Amino acid sequence: MNKYMIYLNGKRCIGCHGCEVHCKANKNLPVGPQLCEIDHSVMVKIKSVPKTEFTFRSCYHCEEPFCAPICPTNAMIKREDGIVYIDQEKCIGCMACAGACPWTIPQLNPETGKAVKCDYCMDRVDAGLRPACVTKCTTHALKFVIMQEVV
Amino acid sequence: MTKSVYSICGMCTVRCPIRVETENNKVTWIEGNQHLIGGALCAKGSAGPAMIADKERPQQPLIRDGARGSGRWKPVSWPTAYDYIADKLKKIKSEYGPESVVLSSRGGPWQGMYKSFIHAFGSPNYTNHDSTCGRNTHHSSLSLNGVGRKGFVYDIKNAKHLVLFGRNMFSSLRIAENLQTLDMLDNGGKLTYVDVRQTITGLKSTRFFQVRPGTDYALALGMIHEIIRREAYDSDFIDRYVTGFDELCYFVEQYTPAWAAKECGVREKAIKNFVDEVLEDMPKVIFHPGWNLSRYKDSFYAARALHILNILMGNIEQKGGLIIPKGPGDCGKKGINAIDIPKPDIKRGDGVGWKYKHFDKGPGLGHLFFPTMESEDPYPIKAWISMRNDPFSCMPDPKRQEQYFDKCDLLVSIDVHYSEFGWFSDIILPECTYLERDNGICVQKGPKPRFGRRQKALEPENDSKPSWEIFKNLADRLGMEDYFPFNSIEEYWKWQLEPTGYSVKDFEEKGFISLSDEVVMYDPEKLDGQFNTPSGKIEILSQKLDKAGLPSLKEYVSPLRPPKGMFRLVYGRSAVHTHGHTVNNPLLNELMPKNSLWINVKAANKLGIVHGDLVDVTSEDESYTGTVEANVVDYIHSEAVYMVHGFGREISRQTRCLHAGISDQKLMVNKLDDWDQAGGAINLCEVFVIVRRSVRNPKRRVEL
Repeated sequence: MNKYMIYLNGKRCIGCHGCEVHCKANKNLPVGPQLCEIDHSVMVKIKSVPKTEFTFRSCYHCEEPFCAPICPTNAMIKREDGIVYIDQEKCIGCMACAGACPWTIPQLNPETGKAVKCDYCMDRVDAGLRPACVTKCTTHALKFVIMQEVV
Repeated sequence: MTKSVYSICGMCTVRCPIRVETENNKVTWIEGNQHLIGGALCAKGSAGPAMIADKERPQQPLIRDGARGSGRWKPVSWPTAYDYIADKLKKIKSEYGPESVVLSSRGGPWQGMYKSFIHAFGSPNYTNHDSTCGRNTHHSSLSLNGVGRKGFVYDIKNAKHLVLFGRNMFSSLRIAENLQTLDMLDNGGKLTYVDVRQTITGLKSTRFFQVRPGTDYALALGMIHEIIRREAYDSDFIDRYVTGFDELCYFVEQYTPAWAAKECGVREKAIKNFVDEVLEDMPKVIFHPGWNLSRYKDSFYAARALHILNILMGNIEQKGGLIIPKGPGDCGKKGINAIDIPKPDIKRGDGVGWKYKHFDKGPGLGHLFFPTMESEDPYPIKAWISMRNDPFSCMPDPKRQEQYFDKCDLLVSIDVHYSEFGWFSDIILPECTYLERDNGICVQKGPKPRFGRRQKALEPENDSKPSWEIFKNLADRLGMEDYFPFNSIEEYWKWQLEPTGYSVKDFEEKGFISLSDEVVMYDPEKLDGQFNTPSGKIEILSQKLDKAGLPSLKEYVSPLRPPKGMFRLVYGRSAVHTHGHTVNNPLLNELMPKNSLWINVKAANKLGIVHGDLVDVTSEDESYTGTVEANVVDYIHSEAVYMVHGFGREISRQTRCLHAGISDQKLMVNKLDDWDQAGGAINLCEVFVIVRRSVRNPKRRVEL
């Protein structure tokens, strides 16, 4: 079972798109790829106040990811704790992963010519820190959740 | 080697506290200061390092090598640049007198040095951007409370109800304030939001008044009427500290909630229900008096009305209300040394202090230098030094401004970026980015005051200099070296901290020096002496306004409705941009490369405009047109169109944002003279524009 997930508290989210830039700045990504995104629904009036729902999406880190087996160089790896990541040494930038993913999550980094995707900032997680988007969320709306099986 | 430094962000002028990690002079991590804002940072904050890498910024001093605005530049060395400016300033001083030089800055905690520079030079003419921002709010508070806009901080966290009139705080992003507001909401607090359109802030509100543009004053008067009618105000507070209350009661009698509802286009019952709510929660109710209120012809009075609502709540120096900011003295500590050279005893060139006596003399009013440039009365204006201030971006009608500025013999721009003014100027001095420069120590007043410090995290990438060094070098060349008694930032910091007993080492642990562990509060029953008005009380009838021949309680005048085919132009900001400063930042430009024109769905239907269509937006006199995509939305008043400020730039070296989107200030043709005689600010929203579906929408495809 996946150990982690990122949860968005929609009540605190102000749609400032900070997380998207926190991610890019941390991964040193050029203009182009965007590994997480904030979206919102069409406004509807609730108790005479127009409201919208914010959603956050990065990678779903599927239990059985389609992107991993299709990789010709075995660069797409699912770790024990559930994190699906790309071994940048092995990646050849063929983007077969993006084709296999139902949401086209992996993207090409035009600077390196290799695929990139959200890996929950696993270097930070392994150092006992939280992903960049969560750590720096402008309103502390994003949470990095360690999941527990409820018996 | 990894280095970690605490500093102060500079992507916008909120100046959030940050911590930066670097390795080999590159930023590897940047976050909000954990001790103050729990690591939080906004998109702009994270895009700071991208700005450093951006080569579309001035990389060494540039002297104009063609006509003004032609965009032809010659790179020069710093000594050459300093000599160029110093020689010109000396010549201007001897021919026209020192007062013919104006220095404008962006304001903020480090303005003392810039102000002192121009004072030491012999000119009283220091100014800033505030006549297009907070001047009306500032002057309204001064006339009423005797203290300016910064004379109160808002204890939102402990409030039960926050009322915001057009203050779109979740797009302006003062992170600490935003966190407080969300905490308040999490604790069951209420947020009432008033605007002509629904915004991110309005989304979080518990009550939303969508008002007709320009009717804020009417809504506030209706609220005052209802609270007074119910006699539900804090009468003890009013008896003790307020004068002119009876006149207020008499004045608001005509402004019933029914009248206000009709005028604003809201429901009377909603106003009455709102009043029920605030009366239940008082005094923990905050009516935010507004931030950028250089908007309508009566914004000054709207801000006064909002302050009056606070007075009715009796919320001053109450938990969850308006708190008087405390300084080092309130904590039994000594303040820092600051460079503060008094203003020369010469009439200001903008008329503030002698022609206009009711305005704060501090920064004066920037736009009032233009008539003086034209008339040369009381004296000519021959040079303008712009320190990170961009008159062309913040004030209306840059074409008209060009004609005025062209009368000057010297235009200097000191900035991190190319500004629209800088592009027209004679010389650009590149300041290093906030991550590459040290600034003086500043006092951060508040319920828990502290000393803050911006400290460089990196060595400058370009041949750029910090502002202290620029002013120091210019001062040395102008024979003013005695006024700036330091040669390095370390010396400057040491001198600043001398009286305090602290040393720069004390910043290392947390990035700031806390002057009090506890919130410092005055006794709310002993506030005498806090209101610096002529009478020492909160003056609903202001003696100062009276002397200037202005009413304290102004009759409401309904705003004009735009003629057919025209709309009132309303501007604002987005959470990912700091006006024109960031629109060329690679990462922020990627998020929002251009602005759009928000237009009400019914109004758009009438004009045959559908969402995504290109529309031509034309100034009232039809001399300027810009074309953008229409953002057709439900929740904007049908009289208004809205755009994010800062776009439509025309600096060819900024390729990402060149001609992207449209500029509101270029649509404000002939609006430089439309300003508020009582509040001093420019009426930036008293502007109508024509909107048409653009001929640039292709009808069919004709190319291969």
